[in-house]
Amino acid sequence: MQEIPVTSKKQPRHPLDDLIRTDRIPHIWCPGCGIGTVFSACLAALKGSGINLQKTVMVSGIGCSGRAAGYVKLDSFHTTHGRAIPFATGLKLANPELNVVVFSGDGDLFAIGGNHFIHAARRNMDMTVICVNNLNYGMTGGQVAATTPYLAKSTTTPAGNPETPFNLPLMAYACGATYVARWTMLHTRDLTDSITEALCKKGFSFIEVLSPCPVNYGRRNKQKPLDMLKLYQEKTIIKNHADPSKLDIDFEKGIILGKFIDLDRPTFIEHYDKIYRPSRLQENVSGLNS
Amino acid sequence: MEFWRVPLDADTIQVSRGIVHILEDRCKGCGYCIEYCPKQALEFSANFNQKGYHPPVVIKPEECVNCHYCEIICPEFAIFSVESLQTTEVEQART
Amino acid sequence: MMKPAVLTGEYFMTGDVACAEGAMAAGCRFFGGYPITPATEIAERMAIRLPQVEGCFIQMEDEIGAMAAVLGSSWAGIKSMTATSGPGFSLMMENIGLGVCTETPCVVVNVQRGGPSTGLPTQGAQGDMMQARWGSHGHYEIIAVAPSSPQEIFYLTITAFNLSEKYRLPVLVMTDEIIGHMSEKVIIPEAKLIKTVSRPKPKGRKDRFKPFAPGPNGVAPMPAAGEGYNLHITGLTHDEKGYPVMTVEAQTEMMARITEKIQKNLDDIIRTDSYLLDDAEIVIVSYGVSARTSMAAVAEARKLGIKAGLLRLVTIWPFPEDQIRELADRVKGFVTVEINLGQIHREVERCAGGKVPIFLVGHPGGTIIHPDRVVTMLKEAF
Repeated sequence: MQEIPVTSKKQPRHPLDDLIRTDRIPHIWCPGCGIGTVFSACLAALKGSGINLQKTVMVSGIGCSGRAAGYVKLDSFHTTHGRAIPFATGLKLANPELNVVVFSGDGDLFAIGGNHFIHAARRNMDMTVICVNNLNYGMTGGQVAATTPYLAKSTTTPAGNPETPFNLPLMAYACGATYVARWTMLHTRDLTDSITEALCKKGFSFIEVLSPCPVNYGRRNKQKPLDMLKLYQEKTIIKNHADPSKLDIDFEKGIILGKFIDLDRPTFIEHYDKIYRPSRLQENVSGLNS
Repeated sequence: MEFWRVPLDADTIQVSRGIVHILEDRCKGCGYCIEYCPKQALEFSANFNQKGYHPPVVIKPEECVNCHYCEIICPEFAIFSVESLQTTEVEQART
Repeated sequence: MMKPAVLTGEYFMTGDVACAEGAMAAGCRFFGGYPITPATEIAERMAIRLPQVEGCFIQMEDEIGAMAAVLGSSWAGIKSMTATSGPGFSLMMENIGLGVCTETPCVVVNVQRGGPSTGLPTQGAQGDMMQARWGSHGHYEIIAVAPSSPQEIFYLTITAFNLSEKYRLPVLVMTDEIIGHMSEKVIIPEAKLIKTVSRPKPKGRKDRFKPFAPGPNGVAPMPAAGEGYNLHITGLTHDEKGYPVMTVEAQTEMMARITEKIQKNLDDIIRTDSYLLDDAEIVIVSYGVSARTSMAAVAEARKLGIKAGLLRLVTIWPFPEDQIRELADRVKGFVTVEINLGQIHREVERCAGGKVPIFLVGHPGGTIIHPDRVVTMLKEAF
C-alpha cells in the first residue's frame, strides 16, 4: 500500500500561542472562515497595546464569533445569546480596572442583543466591542440576519431576503459610540491598529469587521471564500471620517472602510462617580471591594 | 521590481528576509496565505495533514521578505515568519 | 456622603426597603435593576444606599440586561442582586439558568403580584412558586426562600446572600406585594451581630486551578476576573476546567455537580418554622404572607377545639420533603394555604404519599387569604 505522506511531528510555537488555549486548537471555525483572522488580529492588538492582560477579559455571546472567548487565554465569558454587552457592563462596573472586550457576531450583537448595544453605547460604557459581520447567522446554518443584504439567499429566505440590512457604523454613531470603525478581515493590519486604538481609548468603541462565511452565506450566495477576499480587496475604499449615514454596504458600488468616529465623551463611570461617589474621583479607581 | 530609472542608492537598500514556519496540523487548507503572499513563495503541498487538508509549503524560501502577511491573514494560527539571519549577513558583508 | 452599610436601629419600614437594607447588611455592592411594580422601591432604595458605601447601582434597559449585569458583576468578585416581579422574573429566566450552570452567586428578589401576564401589578399573590423551581429550561436545583414580614425579609435577604455565596448559585427571595408594601417594625442589629458568608476563594497554583472542581462540600472555590486565573466560564455543558465538552459523560458530571451540592446539604439549607405543631392533628402548610393568615387561623381553630398546627416553610426550594413525610405518618391531614390555585399544594400532596387527605385553601390572587376561610376549611374537612 502506498504510504501517505504525513506531517512532521515537531510543531513550532506560534507568536500568539501564549494568548491562546492551545489545548483547544484547531478551533471549530470552518476552513476559510474569517473569524480566525479577526481573532488573531484582536490578539495581536491585545499584545501590542500594552494594556494589562491580567486585567483584560473577553466576553462573547452565542454564535460562531462567540466561540472566540473559548480560545483566548484570558478571563473569558461565553454568555447567553445577545447578552454579552450587559454581562460586560456588570463586570466593568464591579471592577473598573478591568479592560473589557466584547467579541461577538452581527446576529448576537444587533438582533437579539440590539437593545443592549444601543444602551451601552448611549451610556458610553468603557468597553471595546468587536463585531464580526458575516452577513448571516452562521452557527445555526445560515439564516437571515439583520445585516444580510437585500435579495441575498439564506435558509430562512430561500427566495431572497425581502429586508434591507442595518448600517452598523451609523447605528453605533447614532447611539453615542465614541469610536466607530469598519474594516474587513483582509485589511488585517488596519484592523489590528484599530483594535489597539480602541483598547487604549476610554469609552464605547465599536469595530465592525466584514468576514466571509464560506460554508453558509458564501455557499448559498455563490461566493467562494477567495472571491470574497477579492471583493474586499477590489470593492472597498478607505475613507476615514466618512459620513456614517453614507456607509450602507453595497457590494456593487463599493464598501467604505475606515475609522469614522473618534471622539471623547465622559464614560458612565465618570458621570456616576461625579454625581454619586465623588470620593472615588480622587483615589485610584479600584474594585467595589475597597 | 521594475525601476523606470534605477535610484542612485539602490545598492544600499536592505531587504529584510524571513523564514516561514508552518504548523501543519492546524492548517485547514483555506489557501489565503498562498493567495496573498506578495512574493508567491507558498503553494499547496502534496502532503496531507492529520485532518486531511493540504498545508502550504514554502517553494521560494529565498523570496520571503518577512512581511508577516501569511501570519496575520491565517485564521488558524498555523503559519508565521521570523526574521532570517540572512539580513544580518548582508549587513555584515557591507561593512 | 458615606454612610454605614448596616443602619443599626429601630425602624418602621416597608418590606421592600427592609429587603434593600438586608442586602446592604449582607455586603451587596452591586444592584442591576429595572423598575417594576411592586419591586421598584427596592431599586430606588439601593440607588440611594449603594453609592453611600461606594457600591454601584445601575438601572439597565430591561430585566434581561439587569440579570446579565448581576452575573457579570458577581464574576468580578462583588455580591450582586436584582429585584423584580412576575413579568420581569419570566424575562430573567434564561440568565438565571446561566447563573445556575456557571455556578454564579447572586440574589434575585421576586415581589410577586397577581398574574399571569401583566395581571394585577399593585396586588400581591404567590403564583410564581413553581416558576421559581422550574422557570429556566433544563433540569437543575435552586434555593428559594419566602419571608413573612418586613423584619424577616431583612434577615432572609442576608440568608439568601449567604446561601448563594456558600453554594454558588442564584438564590431567589420569593416575597409578595403585600409584604413588600406593608410597613412594620424592623430592628436592624449592630453590624458585628450579622453573620455574612463570602464565596470560597482558591488556594494554590493559578495555572493548575480548575474553576469547577468541587471542594469538600461539593462547591468549587471561585476566583474573580482579573486575578490571573485565566478562567473560561461558559453556559455550554462544561468540564471541571470550564471548557465546553459536548458529551453525555460531561453532561452527567456537570448535572451531578450542580444538583448534588444542594441535594447533599439539605440539612444546612432547609429552614422551617412552626406554630403549635407538636400536638397538632391537622397541619397547615403555608409560607410568606399566607403563613401569617394561617397563624391567626390556627389560634382561632384551637379555640374551637380543633388541634391545628402550622408548618411555615421558610425555604420553599428545596422543598422540606422529609418533614412532610414524617408528619404524614402522625397527623390526620394537611391544609395548604397559598395565594394561587395549588402549587406548593402539589408538593405536599406528593410527599404525603396519599396517606392522609390534603386540602387547599387557595386564591387566584390579588389579596390575602382571610383566616376565616382557613378556619371554615378546617371545620368542614375534618
